[in-house]
Amino acid sequence: MKFKTLLASAAIALGLASGAFADGHEKTKVGFVYVGPVGDGGWTFTHDQARLAVEAEFGDAVETVFVESVAEGPDAERVLTQMALDGADLIFTTSFGYMDPTNNIAAKFPDVKFEHATGYKRLHPNVSTYSARFYEGRAVQGHIAGSMTESNIIGYIASYPIPEVIRGINSAYIHARKVNPDVEFKIIWAYTWFDPAKEADAAKVLIEQGADVILQHTDSTAPHAAAQEAGNVVTFGQASDMSAYAPFPRVSALLDEWGDYYIARTKAVMDGTWESVDTWHGIGDGMVGIGEITDAVPANVKEEALALKAAISEGSYHPFTGPIKKQDGSDWLAAGEVADDGTLAGMNFYVEGLTAEIPQ
Amino acid sequence: MDLSAINPVLLIAALMSAATPVLLAATGELVAERAGVLNLGVEGMMIIGAICGFAIAVETGSPLVGFIAAAAGGAALSLLFAFLTQITLANQVASGLALTLFGLGLSALLGQGYVGIKPPRMPDINFGPLAELPIIGQILFSHDPILYFGILLVAGVWAVLKFTRVGLILRAVGENHDAAHALGYKVVRIRTFAIMFGGACAGMGGAYISLIRVPQWTEGMTAGVGWIALALVVFASWKPWRVLLGAYLFGGITQLQLNLQGAGVAIPVEYLAMSPYVITIVVLVVLSADKSAAPGSLGRIFHASH
Repeated sequence: MKFKTLLASAAIALGLASGAFADGHEKTKVGFVYVGPVGDGGWTFTHDQARLAVEAEFGDAVETVFVESVAEGPDAERVLTQMALDGADLIFTTSFGYMDPTNNIAAKFPDVKFEHATGYKRLHPNVSTYSARFYEGRAVQGHIAGSMTESNIIGYIASYPIPEVIRGINSAYIHARKVNPDVEFKIIWAYTWFDPAKEADAAKVLIEQGADVILQHTDSTAPHAAAQEAGNVVTFGQASDMSAYAPFPRVSALLDEWGDYYIARTKAVMDGTWESVDTWHGIGDGMVGIGEITDAVPANVKEEALALKAAISEGSYHPFTGPIKKQDGSDWLAAGEVADDGTLAGMNFYVEGLTAEIPQ
Repeated sequence: MDLSAINPVLLIAALMSAATPVLLAATGELVAERAGVLNLGVEGMMIIGAICGFAIAVETGSPLVGFIAAAAGGAALSLLFAFLTQITLANQVASGLALTLFGLGLSALLGQGYVGIKPPRMPDINFGPLAELPIIGQILFSHDPILYFGILLVAGVWAVLKFTRVGLILRAVGENHDAAHALGYKVVRIRTFAIMFGGACAGMGGAYISLIRVPQWTEGMTAGVGWIALALVVFASWKPWRVLLGAYLFGGITQLQLNLQGAGVAIPVEYLAMSPYVITIVVLVVLSADKSAAPGSLGRIFHASH
């Protein structure tokens, strides 16, 4: 009897509640699937900051939910299904490995909009892809790195051998060599986006092998701690500012600025104007930022770096401008030629001068 | 390729440091398993130790106090497991997995205010002239106290299990809890202490990562070391010195593969990346070809009425 009453009153309450929402006060529910913990201080942290920006922008009109540290693969499908069943209107999946799971689940929930970061597959009309032109920021980093190194050895902690990461290595290398023709890159593949102990070990090994600048494409601040301990080693913030290690060893940073995009896409869902698109924005559109260049960098280098940033931002300079050869010596870009987005998006080769090999 | 870039002395010194977290956690788990308890919550206890040690070291300014707090934190969390498995007779596998999930969540909660803070540094032991010895000085006499503690712990656990009455009782409880009970030993009490010892060791292993190896706090920073420790105990066929060997082998090859990559060796990186796991397993499997088997009561629930 009691149980029945409870059920009945719950049903009435639910009916009232949903009735109230139907009056046009229904919240837009936005879901986020993260690859790491929100406290990683890097990639996932910046996506979560953008999620908070969406909440701040729309207040009570939106509800956001997120699931962190979701393994790339079948686990992601489970999480996505759950989110869609829980009534999400828009779901952002923020890692390359979620590409296939996102498309698979999008087929099952045609009314839910999906946005996948850094992927290229849009198999259904309710899937968009978006990414940032991080290579523009890496060009600026490469410029500073090439100017700052005294040993002419720059260490690079890479995550996975995917185009995104290879593009970053190439861009940084091209611009480091422009200011310092003797520069050499030592690359360690960590095969993880986030493992502080491994990243710290990789940084220590690179430093032992002579590197005095460390670039990273992994998400934790562990390499900064290792550099700080070693003393005279320069690092850059990755994804977030990582300013806890400024002004030295962290002398600048590559910033992910997702907030504006997330706000715009949430707005599009609320307005009913959402369409499947492929977005690839850079410094000019505000999706890639350059963290403060500290005074540990000589004034003239800082000035050049900011000029480079400005040139990229206004579109007068493209980081991949010929003449550039591939690593095997074959021609890629003729003098003055600019790389097309298709080649960049699928980049699977090193440029001439890099001595390492890409893991196949 | 430039192999001269690899300094073998630095490599050995680095591998000892890299091996210490997994060594501490595995030694603790070994004691628990020898008492018949399979605690899959090592990862959870390590991450709790990592944040407890970090937080207390930052607040007190003393890394040593931090390590004591890490041991206490790991032991406290393990009491939850002890309660579930020894008092309420819950399934050990499920309880251990739950402990890991709980530990990861709780540590993230506790650690919110500690992201981006630099912990106080634990100074290396000063060996005076010994540290000046060529090669040996840097390999053996250039480390922090916890690293030596880890080696002493292995020796201590080995000696206690092999030569003392306490060790004999512990092993008896692990081999056949009904027989041990019939002889009048308090099975539940002994197992609870073994679980707490395992928790304390795992906690210190976690703190080694957050205070010495990385040193900083980030969520999820133990990144699977606890699982490696669990595997190591099995492959070391529950023998302390083999745990030491396995941990150093694992740490060594992890370091070596990073060094080889930096030196530009033309072996496919994927093979290098998986080599620590493969080689450690192969060596320990070969070693464990003797007749030593798992403790007889490992993973079984004990109740005096059975």
